Amino acid sequence: MERVPLERKVLSENERVAGALRVRFAERMVLCLNLISSPGSGKTSLLERTLAHFDPSERVAVLTGDIQTENDAKRLARFGFPVKQITTGGTCHLDARMIERALSDWDLNKVDLLLIENVGNLVCPSSYDLGEAAKLVMLSVTEGDDKPLKYPSIFFKSRLMILNKMDLLPHVRFDVRAAERNARQIHGGMEVLRVSCQTGEGLDDWFTWLRRMRTTSSVLAAAD
Amino acid sequence: MHEVGIANSVLDAVRSEMRRFPNGHVYKVGVRIGEFAGVDPQAITFCFEALVRGTELEPLELEIEYCRRREICIMCGYSEEPDRNAACPHCGFSRPRTFRGDELELTYLEVDDGTRAAGA
Repeated sequence: MERVPLERKVLSENERVAGALRVRFAERMVLCLNLISSPGSGKTSLLERTLAHFDPSERVAVLTGDIQTENDAKRLARFGFPVKQITTGGTCHLDARMIERALSDWDLNKVDLLLIENVGNLVCPSSYDLGEAAKLVMLSVTEGDDKPLKYPSIFFKSRLMILNKMDLLPHVRFDVRAAERNARQIHGGMEVLRVSCQTGEGLDDWFTWLRRMRTTSSVLAAAD
Repeated sequence: MHEVGIANSVLDAVRSEMRRFPNGHVYKVGVRIGEFAGVDPQAITFCFEALVRGTELEPLELEIEYCRRREICIMCGYSEEPDRNAACPHCGFSRPRTFRGDELELTYLEVDDGTRAAGA
């Protein structure tokens, strides 16, 4: 019997496909963001607000993942931007191949910003790189402020935490500062935005954040 | 629950690595799982056993090396399990530190090598 040492990631096939996607995004100057949260935190609502904010001339596209139904794509399609539903049929996350397939009949030269709404789940999506420039994690104040500690993987890997449903704060026991502290305990450099997709509170900060990301990524692409 | 998918990826990787040992049989595979990998060791073991059953890989065993998260001092590189209130015990630098612990890697195969690995 011989022990053969290996140095190989378990998800190397997913990483290979994600790497190829990342190259495609960079070549075409597409900023790709991967939005992740529990079911019901408000990912689709944030995307509705975001698409409503953009001028129709903006080159924005959305991929939205769910286990079943086309409901989210229908909600998002009414803003006139390209939207495609990825129905995973039971799989609890999106993987890079699903993104590759979904993009197969889209012309990325006509897209500057690709927003991916992952399947509602704080665990599994954290393992799968989709070729995105950044993962964004959303947490709503009707959840626990200790979620960053309970689900450290996704908070560890996300660049931005969006605290949603801030309008409900007076009615729930949620300590915003504790949530932020918990998130930064897992990921020291975590950026945080506080928003309400219901009232619109804080959304200007989100749009500013998006604009900054888009500028930075195009500057980086131009420097390549 | 994505451990079925992860376990399947382990088996895919084992099969592709075993092409180097055309006459060999693999008995054990080592996988390193970090605390931040988002993968539950018990669940992946359960899925792994179910997926191996009845295949040419039976009775392949999975050995998991579970890694706690570690803080790494960005000044001197000293690494340890987290104690966030303390300065780096090695160089005294207070903050910030970065973390590791998101490993999800194959570490080894135990192979009965019918022949030596090509080029090994």
